[in-house]
This record gives sequence, C-alpha cells and structure tokens, in this order.
Amino acid sequence: MVNRKWPETWQEVNPGCMVFEPGSASEYHTGTWRSQKPVWNNEKCIKCGICYIFCPEGCIHEGADGYFSADMDYCKGCGICAHECWPAAISMVEEG
Amino acid sequence: MSKRIGMEVSIAAAEAVALCRIDVAAVYPITPSTHIAEHLSSIVSDGKLDAEFITVESEHSAMSGIMGASAAGARAFTATGSQGVMYMHEMLPVASAMRLPVVMAIGNRAVSGPLNILNDHGDIMMERDTGWISLFAQNGQEVIDMIIQAFRIAEHKDVMLPVNVNIDGFILTHMVEAMDMPDQDEIDRFLPPFVPYATLHPDRPVSMGTFAGNDIYTEISKSKDAALINAKKTILQIWKEWEKLFGRKYEPIESYRADDAEILLLTMGSMGETAEMAIDALRAKGMSVGLLKFKLWRPFPFDELKKAVKGAKILTVIDRAISYGGPGGPLGIEVRSALYDESSRPAIFNYIIGLGGRDVTPEDFMTILKSSASQAKKKAMKERYVIYGVRES
Ligand code: SF4
Ligand code: SF4
Repeated sequence: MVNRKWPETWQEVNPGCMVFEPGSASEYHTGTWRSQKPVWNNEKCIKCGICYIFCPEGCIHEGADGYFSADMDYCKGCGICAHECWPAAISMVEEG
Repeated sequence: MSKRIGMEVSIAAAEAVALCRIDVAAVYPITPSTHIAEHLSSIVSDGKLDAEFITVESEHSAMSGIMGASAAGARAFTATGSQGVMYMHEMLPVASAMRLPVVMAIGNRAVSGPLNILNDHGDIMMERDTGWISLFAQNGQEVIDMIIQAFRIAEHKDVMLPVNVNIDGFILTHMVEAMDMPDQDEIDRFLPPFVPYATLHPDRPVSMGTFAGNDIYTEISKSKDAALINAKKTILQIWKEWEKLFGRKYEPIESYRADDAEILLLTMGSMGETAEMAIDALRAKGMSVGLLKFKLWRPFPFDELKKAVKGAKILTVIDRAISYGGPGGPLGIEVRSALYDESSRPAIFNYIIGLGGRDVTPEDFMTILKSSASQAKKKAMKERYVIYGVRES
C-alpha cells in the first residue's frame, strides 16, 4: 500500500483512495480547466470583497493596496466573480 | 459451547449481530427484514449490547449512517430488503469504493411494481454490480453463521469490503428453526475487535471519498475489481477456520449428490433444501441427478463452478429473478457466460421460478429436471429461458 498523492498505476491506489496528506487538494491545479480569465478594472472596484467571498475556488486574494486578484493556478474561469461584482469591475476575457 | 435453540430466523440473526459486538446499527424497518431490526433494537435498549441504534428516516440514511460510523472506526450493521435496498442504491457503490467493511442483512423480497412483499431475488440482483461481497444463506443456521463470518471477512485487512447476507424473505426470515447459536467466548475468539485501516479523527487527518477525474478513475475501478476478486482467497480461509471451530462446512458452491450426476440443478438461497428433496426422489427412480447451491455470488466463483459442472451433460440453472428483455435470469446469464470458453460444457437450461413469493416445491424441480432432460435429448431448448409455471392462454 503506497501512500502517494498521485497513484500512477492501479496497484498504487490506496484502499478506498484515502488521502493521508491534509490539504493535498491544493496540488490539483484547477487553472488548467480555464477557457476564460477574469480581468480586474480597479478603477471601478469599490473594494467590497464580494468576488473574494463568492469565488468557489477560494483563489481570490486581497492585495496590500486593498484591491483583489485571482491566483491563476486555481482560477477555473467560472465567471462567478464577474457575475457577482455589482460595479462590473471584472470582465471575462477569452484565454489567448 | 454453542447452544441449541429454536427460534425465528430473524431473531436469531439479530442475536448473531449482537454476538459480533457491533458499535452502531442504523436501520429503517421494512418487511420482511423488520424483525431483525426490532429484536436488535430491543437487545440494545435492554442494555445487553453497548451500541448506538440509530432510527433513521430512510434506508438511504441507514446506509449513509453506518458508512459514517464505519469510517469513524465503528463496527456497523444494517438490515433491509426490496425497496429499502433500492433506496440505498446510491450509497452502495460508495461503501465499496471507500472500502468500508459494513455488513447488511437483506430479507430478499420482490421489488415494486406491482407492490409485493413476498420473496424473490429481484432486489439483490439489481445491486449485483455495486462492489459488495454477496452471500446467500439456505437455512437459519447459515444465516447465523454467515452474519458472523461477514464481519470477519469484511474487516480482514486483505478484504476491507462491505458484505451483504441474503436471507429469503418470509421463507427464511419468518421460519422458526432449530439452530446452534455460538456462545460469546467462541465469537470473541473468532472475531477480534475491528481494527480499521484508517479512521476519521482530527488528530490524524485523512480524506475519504475524494473526487477522481478521468486521469485516475479507471485505475481506481480496476483496483476495486481486483479487491473483490482477491477477497475470495480470504473468504475460503475464513470458511476453513469456521469449519474447524464449529464443524459446519462452507463452500462457494455446495454440492449435493452431484459427483457422478449427469444432470445438475443449480439453485441459490433457501431453494437448496427444497431441491434436495427433488434430487432424492429422482435418484430413487434411478435418474442421475445432483444439486449445486450457490453460496458466494460475489466474487463470482468461476473455478469452483467449472470444477462442479465437469462431466455433467445438463446444467439446469434456477433463477428467482429476471433481467427484463435480457438473456434470462441473472444466475443463468452469468453461468452461461462463465462456461462459454470451456471446450466441453453441459447443455445449459435456465428457469425462472418463484417470483413475488410464488411457492417453489420439490415437484416443480422434478418437472423442470425431467423437462430439461427431454429437451436435451432433442438437442435444443425451445427458448433461452423459461418463466416456469406462468399461466398462459
Ligand atoms: S466584487 Fe467587484 S467591486 Fe467588489 S471587490 Fe471584487 S472586484 Fe471590487
Ligand atoms: S473566474 Fe471563478 S474561479 Fe476564477 S477567480 Fe472568478 S470566481 Fe474564482
């Protein structure tokens, strides 16, 4: 029974696929799912933090200047932040 | 020392569960398994067993409840049947995927519709592919024994899979029988306390029931399949040990007067004892017949089946369930498939019988055996399967 985060072969799968490493979900980069990315226009931002609260990935962080940005390793491009931002400071832009 | 008892099989089943010193039971009562739950609940409320008995609002919650308990390290049990098993359906493959060694007694009953509360195997056959170990009892003694064995098998470090014990509704659940009830010391020696592979505990964090995408789901499915196939080795070992301790032999396929038989009858569950009477009667008339009884449904005993049918000319498979619009009864379908690659195999006939509690008598088996013999002589079974005794106009 190998205790590894990423079993390669079926023989390496833990019984019940249990994961013994706390917080190992952070190793899974949901950013690879993204086809659109959120782009912030801080001129419209009123620093309410709604985008931070609603992001289902928990990948939006507040910077030292009080504005918000997303960690693109985890942002899956769902657009919820843009939808919830009432001053419309976030727009979803096609990934190039 | 075991004690000779005479009691209803469901009551004995609950007593057997208590001997296993379960920690948690979560049950939603449903006919014909209700007496198991009722009696178990009395044992707990009378203080004879230190366990939590959770009265849930549904079978889905009963299964979820014992899965949670098992994940926390508890020995857990439930009982149900028919609509109850179907209501649990969503959770059954999760229990096996999470490798939670819970035990479930099923009072087998026909499924709706139309509504029917009597026996057939339609309920468990719909759960065939959920990754559980599946045992079939033919009498009250086997119910006691298999429930106790089930915990030992399920919790074995080389198995770690849930087990269901199938008990024909009413025919077995409500039968009053003479049985040997093992005593507590014997069971304590046979079944040591549950040592889980991992438990949910804040001091030792572990994630159970995680997400798996297309990059790993295939490997996980293969490992689950392998675990179930591999479980047979341990089941056989534990059955050997049981035989040594209690003198009662358990095999994946039990045979009765089958060694030299040209015509074999294959049954599951309580039909086995009825069929013995038919075999005796036909043997007395000089017919070369024998009986095979399936006890281990999952993992499917391929080797034992091949060995058991060697030399036979006719194999008549009896199903108590039907796969609508399919190739026959579930047992018939699988036996045909299992023997397909054999260079020599018996002619296979498949009869579906006893649906929704219709009586199955020794005479029925005699008629079926004679009919397969005469059809085999003519070299063809008229249909892939026959629903025996159906009224036709
Ligand atoms: S929701 Fe919009 S306005 Fe509010 S903090 Fe986020 S970007 Fe700024
Ligand atoms: S697009 Fe979705 S995942 Fe990305 S930052 Fe916005 S809410 Fe979070």
